[in-house]
Amino acid sequence: MKNVLNKRNLITLVIIGVLFFVVQLLIKERIITAYMRSNIYWIGIYIILGLSLNMIIGITGQLSLGHAGFMSIGAFAAAVVLKTNPTLTGLFIGIGIGVLISLAVSFVVAVPTLRLKGDYLAIATLGVAEIIRIVLNNLSVTGGASGISNIKMLMSWPLLYTFVILTIFLTHNFKNSAIGRACISIKEDEIAAEAMGINTTKYKVIAFMFGAALAAMAGSLFSTTYYIVKPDSFGVNTSINILILVVFGGMGSLSGTIIATFIIGLVNIVLQPYAEIRMILYALILIIVMIFRPQGLLGSQELSTKLLPNFKWKRKEKSS
Amino acid sequence: MSLLQIEKLTRNFGGLSAVSNVSLAVEEHELVGLIGPNGAGKTTLFNVLTGVYTPSSGRVMFQKGDKSIELSKLPPYKITRMGVARTFQNIRLFKELSVLDNVKIAMNHEARYGLFGALFRIGQYFKSEALIEEKAHAFLKEVNLDELAETKAKNLPYGKQRQLEIARALATGAKLLFLDEPAAGMNPQETHALTSFIKEIKEKMNLTIVLIEHDMSLVMEICERIFVLDYGKLIASGTPDEIKNNPRVIEAYLGDEVEL
Repeated sequence: MKNVLNKRNLITLVIIGVLFFVVQLLIKERIITAYMRSNIYWIGIYIILGLSLNMIIGITGQLSLGHAGFMSIGAFAAAVVLKTNPTLTGLFIGIGIGVLISLAVSFVVAVPTLRLKGDYLAIATLGVAEIIRIVLNNLSVTGGASGISNIKMLMSWPLLYTFVILTIFLTHNFKNSAIGRACISIKEDEIAAEAMGINTTKYKVIAFMFGAALAAMAGSLFSTTYYIVKPDSFGVNTSINILILVVFGGMGSLSGTIIATFIIGLVNIVLQPYAEIRMILYALILIIVMIFRPQGLLGSQELSTKLLPNFKWKRKEKSS
Repeated sequence: MSLLQIEKLTRNFGGLSAVSNVSLAVEEHELVGLIGPNGAGKTTLFNVLTGVYTPSSGRVMFQKGDKSIELSKLPPYKITRMGVARTFQNIRLFKELSVLDNVKIAMNHEARYGLFGALFRIGQYFKSEALIEEKAHAFLKEVNLDELAETKAKNLPYGKQRQLEIARALATGAKLLFLDEPAAGMNPQETHALTSFIKEIKEKMNLTIVLIEHDMSLVMEICERIFVLDYGKLIASGTPDEIKNNPRVIEAYLGDEVEL
């Protein structure tokens, strides 16, 4: 236990707790309006999506353009369950079912496609997302092209926060483990990884399935936040939007993805009144960032309590 | 039984036989050189031995304890787990990672926890991670790289990068090591340091080493036996002195005498 309850983890816990109660208080005092709240939900859900895609692209180096497909699986699973059982239990069952289906689909997809590299893999995953979308379009259980509407709205700050923290916890642990190191070695040099005794296929499949499962979870939260899901909400555009978060924040950097999502969320809010030129400005900001920081905001670095001054002070002195 | 036994190994690429009908054996604790002109098939032979290519015919047998294992049927990562590791002609380090992480990845098989152990940090996670960390540091000390543990691999000087690549291969727990041109691009001082490094780790860790090298001073100095390849065929084998005076080797390197 002394490993778990050290000073650094305590600081992290305090930060997590304080952030929760501050926002909770602001919501209670109605300083955060309903409009702001819906933006916070958007940011939270996209943090989960960004982090999940980061496992596949940033950590393992496999370019996937079909992430929205796995998101839609979770969204529709939750929507269908919530229609008959509009309670929190129903939501959790929906998330569970979505995650399981997503794991199964991603496994079937991963085994043949992860033998492909770079652009070929990207196109294959793009195709998979399209297949999922078209299947959902033609399935009666998911309401066909019009999708499912009037889904029970269960989203709340505590619920969102729980899932975001859970995702950060899981992805952080994944990255900082032997499995994460194996995945990173695949991104760095696949041939060398194999020569080091890493079963590259196995770890690519694990990372892909892990990312797909988290995306399904985010999808479930999406459907209980926005009342309505339809297959067309989960097209290529959505996949690209998630990809932008990862690239913008820095490949492989979890804190980078989180910060990038915040910034893009804020940009969306600020640009809301200028609907006509919003997308132009949005694209412009991205282009400028990519010119001046091609490696993303944080590169592959992480922001963490490790960087606080009283920790590892000596090492810092040595390197400077 | 020899540690490594190559039996009638052939590897074709279309109509070209990059390695053709090569048979040779390497004994335990030997340091063997593999030489030959450019395009002789040395690296292809390494690639077949380490599973990157499958042989067109023939087989590779490896003695592990009292078991004889057919390497040519295994994928590369399983060959590594058998205790056979390699370095690459054009250095293939995990450039963006620290020296320590490079070694840790090679020690990944030491992790005693699965996906759930990693995700929730339960079971053997902390114990296993601490053990790997400790072993990696101890190992880096052994190969004199511990001072550079936190340095990114790409920021190491060239000679150290080569050294790290060898160290990383050893960290997999290898007993048989294939070195593909370890001294390529080095100046004489670096080559000298490398030569003593190879000698040192061989004795310290009881290794068997096969190396491809064009630097004849290095080859002649440390190799106990030398195999010579030319156009995919094994044309000579013997001690450095025998090889130096072998007419077929001289012909392969310098060409035949021509009457004017």
